Parts: sequence; structure tokens; C-alpha cells
Amino acid sequence: MNIPQTSGAHAQSHITPLNTYLAVGASLLFLTAVTVWVAGFDFGSWNMIVAMVVATIKASLVVLFFMHLLHDNKFFGAILLISLIALTVFIVFTMLDNGSRASINTIQMEEINKKAKIYDGKPATETAPAAAQPKH
Amino acid sequence: MNEVKAAPSRTAQSVDMPSAHVEHHHGHPSHVAHHFTDSEQQLDSAKMGMWIFLLTEILLFGGLFCAYTIYRNEHLEMFHSAHKMLNVGMGAFNTVVLITSSLTVALAIRAMQLGKRAQTIWLLAATLACAFIFLVVKYFEYEHKIHLGLLPGKFYHYDGSEGIIVGNNPHIFFSIYFGMTATHGLHVLFGIIAISIVLLQTIKGKFSAAYYTPIELVGLYWHLVDLIWIYLFPLLYLIG
Repeated sequence: MNIPQTSGAHAQSHITPLNTYLAVGASLLFLTAVTVWVAGFDFGSWNMIVAMVVATIKASLVVLFFMHLLHDNKFFGAILLISLIALTVFIVFTMLDNGSRASINTIQMEEINKKAKIYDGKPATETAPAAAQPKH
Repeated sequence: MNEVKAAPSRTAQSVDMPSAHVEHHHGHPSHVAHHFTDSEQQLDSAKMGMWIFLLTEILLFGGLFCAYTIYRNEHLEMFHSAHKMLNVGMGAFNTVVLITSSLTVALAIRAMQLGKRAQTIWLLAATLACAFIFLVVKYFEYEHKIHLGLLPGKFYHYDGSEGIIVGNNPHIFFSIYFGMTATHGLHVLFGIIAISIVLLQTIKGKFSAAYYTPIELVGLYWHLVDLIWIYLFPLLYLIG
């Protein structure tokens, strides 16, 4: 890649070529269209994975080119990775906890607040009086 | 405490030590604070601070994404049904608007790196315009939801007039929807303020190819706002 440089104190900083920016922008718009398009198909439980893969490709493009991580100080990339690792631990462990509660908890699907209003998705006018009654 | 306070003055005194160091201090541009070796190091330090701030932002939104994952797992059918109440067209349009604004802010920084101040000004103005368009579209989306009563928690009073939501407790989906999009919307609002400030500073001629750190940092922040939306859009509008 040919790198145009400015003179003076800032000579070492990398300036991304205009075409790279435009190509990344076009790819992001294309991938947005792809996300909307694939959402029209039903892959069952793969829906989430397909959408997240496309979103992650888009996010990588933004981070590497728009946020300059590709040519910038590697330490910034490390900071980003630390946040993503922390986030993964956070979500995965919460899901492990949440997913395994049924096996140790005998009380299930009972509202903590007995007076809590439960909406069942049907028109509120029909169901509200019935749902408002406390469960026993 | 004393040690930390003493540090800058010690750096200043160290000028009289090695010869290479002395020469370097002579050629300092005015925007470089005396405790930095050069412009490059100063820019890197500022960027590092910004990245650490972005780390805390990712964790802030991470909490919301975690809440989304938990409630989606518990109410899969309801989430799938309730998400159809959102307007995919408006969401997709806003995605395009945010991606465009990300591109314009990146190009604004590039223009300043090349010393093209006029170009930076109109590219930052374009970014600002995109941010406003995003919020206007969001306003129309919110207005429609509020009108229908598709609201969080106890404010939910939807009567099924635009299609019945299957499954229990759809108000949870709208709590998550409003919680996530409003937090993101607030970030867009702060982005507008930040971009306006650097735009004014650019017009006043505060920046040059040698010094444009504030635009670079605002750019990083704005890209993060875009990044969050890249995940929010499919999660809320497409998958549910």
C-alpha cells in the first residue's frame, strides 16, 4: 500500500487512502443489505448466529479501518480485546448460571411479586382484569 | 500524592541531561505539552485515554446486551412476535445514516491529516446532519410506539390494533427496546454536542495537519456509537 505522508511533526502517522475508506463504507452498506436480506429466511436457532456473524464482520471493518486499529498502536487493540473478553466472560457466565437454575431450584415460573400484572399478549382490555388477580 | 505532583517538574528539569533530549525540546511545536517527547507520543496518549473510555462504554452496553440475552432466552416466542412491531425500514434507514456518518467523520479526520481544513468543515457538518437525521427518525419511531402503547413495564397498554403479540409479558421486550435504544440515542446526542464543538474549533482554525487530536478522539467515540447500532439493529429489528 502506498502511504501518502504529511511533512513536519506528524510524518509517522498513517493516513488511510481515500479509496480504502470508500471501499469500507460501501462494504458496510452492502453488508447492511445482506443482514436485512438474510433475516427474511428462517434458519431456526441459526438466525441469531447468522446475524451476529454479519454484524461482527461489519464491526471489524469499522474497528480496523475507521478506528485505524490496523495501523495504529497495537496497545489500543489490546484494550479493545480486554473489553471484549470481559464482556464474553460476563455474558457466558450469566447464561451458564441462568441456564442451570432449573436443576437446583424447585420453585419455577412463579412471579416474585404476586400482584405483578401479567400481560399475555392478547388485547389488554380483555385480559387485564383476569391477569390482575393474584395467583395462588 | 506528592510524588505524582512532582513528576512534571522533574521532566522539565531533565532537559539539561542528554544532548539529544535538549535538541528535541528545542523543536517542540506549541501544541505539544512539555511532558511529552513529541507530537506522536502526545496523540497516542490521548488516544489511549479514549480507548479506555470506550472500554467502559462497551461494558456499559454489555450489561444491556446481557439483559437482552437473558430475557430473550426466557421469552423466545414473545420476543420473536413482539419484534415484528418494530419498523425494519426505519431501522435499516438509520443504519445506513449512521454508517454514512461514520464514513464522513473518518474522511473529515483524513482531510485534516492532509491539512484540508475546508473539507474537514463540510465533512463534519455532514456527520452532524446524519446524527440529526438519526434522531429525527428515532423520534418518529418512538412517537408511533408511544401512540400504540407499546411501552416499557407498567406503561404498556397496547390493544392489539396492529397485530396481536403472541406470548406472555410483551412489555419486557419494550422495556429492553426502549432501554437499549434510548441509551444509544443519548450517546448520539452527546456525539452531536462533541462534533459541534470540534466543528466550531475547526472553523476557528485551531487544528492543522500537525494537531487534530480532538477530532480524532471524537471520531473514535462516534465510531463506537455506530458499532453499538450495528449490533442493536439486527438484535432488535431483525431477530427479536
